[in-house]
Amino acid sequence: MSEPATVFDEMGWPDQIRPPYALVDAWLKSVPAEQLALKRREAEVLFRRIGITFAVYTEGGDPERLIPFDLIPRVMAQAEWQSLRKGLEQRVRALNAFIHDVYHDREILKAGRIPERLVLNNPQFRPEMVGLDLPHNVYTHIAGIDMVRTGPDEYYVLEDNCRTPSGVSYMVENREVMMRLFPELFRRAGVAPVAHYGDELLETLRSVAPPNCQGEPTVVLLTPGIHNSAYYEHAFLADEMGIDLVEGADLLVRNEICYMRSTSGLTRVDVIYRRIDDDYIDPLVFRPESMLGAPGLHFATRAGNLTLANAIGAGIADDKAVYIHVPEMVRFYLGEEPLLQNVPTHDCSKPDDLAYTLAHIDQLVVKAVHGSGGYGMLVGPHASKAEIETFVAQLKARPHDYVAQPTLALSTVPTFVESGIAPRHVDLRPFVLSGEQIRIVPGGLTRVALRDGSLVVNSSQGGGTKDTWVLER
Amino acid sequence: MHLSIQHRTVYRYAEPALRVTQALRLWPAACSGQRVIGWQVDVDGRALPYATTDGFGNPVATHTADGAVDQVRIDVHGHVETEDLHGVVGGTLERLPARFFLFETSLTHVDDSIRGLAAQVPPMKDAIERMHRLCNHVRDRLDYVAGETDSATTAAEALANGSGVCQDHAHLMAASARALGFPARYVSGYLCAGVEGAEAASHAWAEIHIDDFGWVGFDAANRICPNEYYVRIACGRDYHDAAPVRGVHRGGRSETLEVSVSISETAAMPPPGGLPGNRGQSAQ
Repeated sequence: MSEPATVFDEMGWPDQIRPPYALVDAWLKSVPAEQLALKRREAEVLFRRIGITFAVYTEGGDPERLIPFDLIPRVMAQAEWQSLRKGLEQRVRALNAFIHDVYHDREILKAGRIPERLVLNNPQFRPEMVGLDLPHNVYTHIAGIDMVRTGPDEYYVLEDNCRTPSGVSYMVENREVMMRLFPELFRRAGVAPVAHYGDELLETLRSVAPPNCQGEPTVVLLTPGIHNSAYYEHAFLADEMGIDLVEGADLLVRNEICYMRSTSGLTRVDVIYRRIDDDYIDPLVFRPESMLGAPGLHFATRAGNLTLANAIGAGIADDKAVYIHVPEMVRFYLGEEPLLQNVPTHDCSKPDDLAYTLAHIDQLVVKAVHGSGGYGMLVGPHASKAEIETFVAQLKARPHDYVAQPTLALSTVPTFVESGIAPRHVDLRPFVLSGEQIRIVPGGLTRVALRDGSLVVNSSQGGGTKDTWVLER
Repeated sequence: MHLSIQHRTVYRYAEPALRVTQALRLWPAACSGQRVIGWQVDVDGRALPYATTDGFGNPVATHTADGAVDQVRIDVHGHVETEDLHGVVGGTLERLPARFFLFETSLTHVDDSIRGLAAQVPPMKDAIERMHRLCNHVRDRLDYVAGETDSATTAAEALANGSGVCQDHAHLMAASARALGFPARYVSGYLCAGVEGAEAASHAWAEIHIDDFGWVGFDAANRICPNEYYVRIACGRDYHDAAPVRGVHRGGRSETLEVSVSISETAAMPPPGGLPGNRGQSAQ
């Protein structure tokens, strides 16, 4: 498992400390090791308490659900963040313009800039959405853009999550725990706050009220229920926004108007922040056996009486084969050069790209186009012979279903490990909110691969999280 | 030809259902060759106008009945003037490119036997003639037998069984046309007695997209292109998209369905007093 020689450590740890980390460095040097160990245990207790809340909901659920939290923050200078933020805004504008276009005039397909088949013959393309106008033409109201960094000024977008990205509750809670453990550190550091994420989200959702909304919009959060792995986050966000957390059985659609049942009778609902996948949202349109959503939600949307956030069909923009074309979307819809780079990606449906991928598979990351969560994925340099053989067979059988990317030398940030402090690879998921305007809470969720040399930051595969600081000056 | 349609659908529940929600596609979409003179849909005796259109341009509305539902009765009364356009479809709201209808669905999955059936029809210059041949092949391989298939039967399953109803003929026609590279879709509607051997009924057929003509209907069950005896209601990739009624119910245990359709040639003028108007009819 050879590491590329030029891994960029964002802190410059141990002896070439970069300016944004000066305070963190001083802090690590000044606080005795025993005290830090104590704080780590304290942090665990705090999270465990949050976790216990979670466990109560899941009726004795799995205590392993606690995702490891690392005390050493990931820090970005204001200027670094500003250039990222501009790129994120630009990218999400283009993604929304693309989704609107494919459900209307399909100009980008007619212009031959994106292969028509890739869109029309894609399970994420929902003909149910064709010809429907949405408030402010927004489809992905909450987008999680996964970013990696390979150098001081080198960032890449790894993937766009346009459907129901999760993890934002960790962003908010990590900060809260850090502030509780180290209040004096925050007094000195000047870190941009993230606690107002719930307010920004609510403002965004209210700004996309449907055309027939009367007066102040009523917003609810629709969860699949307590058995969903992200239920804690659903409850957390509803609480942060001060809105009702509902399940499908609480909703009723009558004459294309959506109501929620409450102790005082029926209340009209205007906007639903839904954390249920398209397939389960409306049994009159998608899976008929699904009891998670509510029948008629889609038709209430079509009749102009309801907004679903994110919109049905937004997933067409985050397919891994469509990803290749996002820079082209930026040029096509905005007439601008993309500020954020894609990872150079081989489209295995093309014979040349497939041949290259097969020849270099031990150096590449191969991803299933319709997969997610790091399972339909091969990290070539870290894979066994048998794993590679399996993937080669799959690639040859269904080349259309795969893309391949170089293994990037992801940046590292020092992290507490068994032996003390050591560099570990990180990524970043900023959350971009789109409504009447675009809002981004500074930073995002930093995920860290806790295993030495590992590049996989998913919590299902040994990933942890860090607090992410954007310095105000 | 003036056609008067009376179509009653009754859903009954083995025990009272807590709630029934249904999406109805029972209003004719605008198209040339048929002029709607009057059209009304009643649910349990109350008029239901259509509320919106779906992505395929089909008028659609939902209704919800709750609290100890024993049955839901849906009545369609319609008066339509039709003419024979030899199956050629015009004047429809087309929001999707024809090529979208090249791709299969689970109900119209093309397996080896469907591919084999399609391959029996050789390429020829006249695509209409080729589709007529295909239409006959589909009908030859699928006896018209009611009760052996249901709304979940795929085209491949029907072909393997060698029998089915109009829905199966429409699915198999669409699937095999797609196998030959022709965009194809599923259409639901009504067929008036008058086509030889046919009874008045809810009906389904396929439309095939042919260069220079656009969409052309093929009714494999009756081996013809739709004529003035047909009333076109809704279309989509398959039955799921165009089903006249799609519903879910909470409680109620099993659901049974009773359908009666009568269609008659009628005088050019509507009956005295006319049919009640429909506010949705002029929109979209």
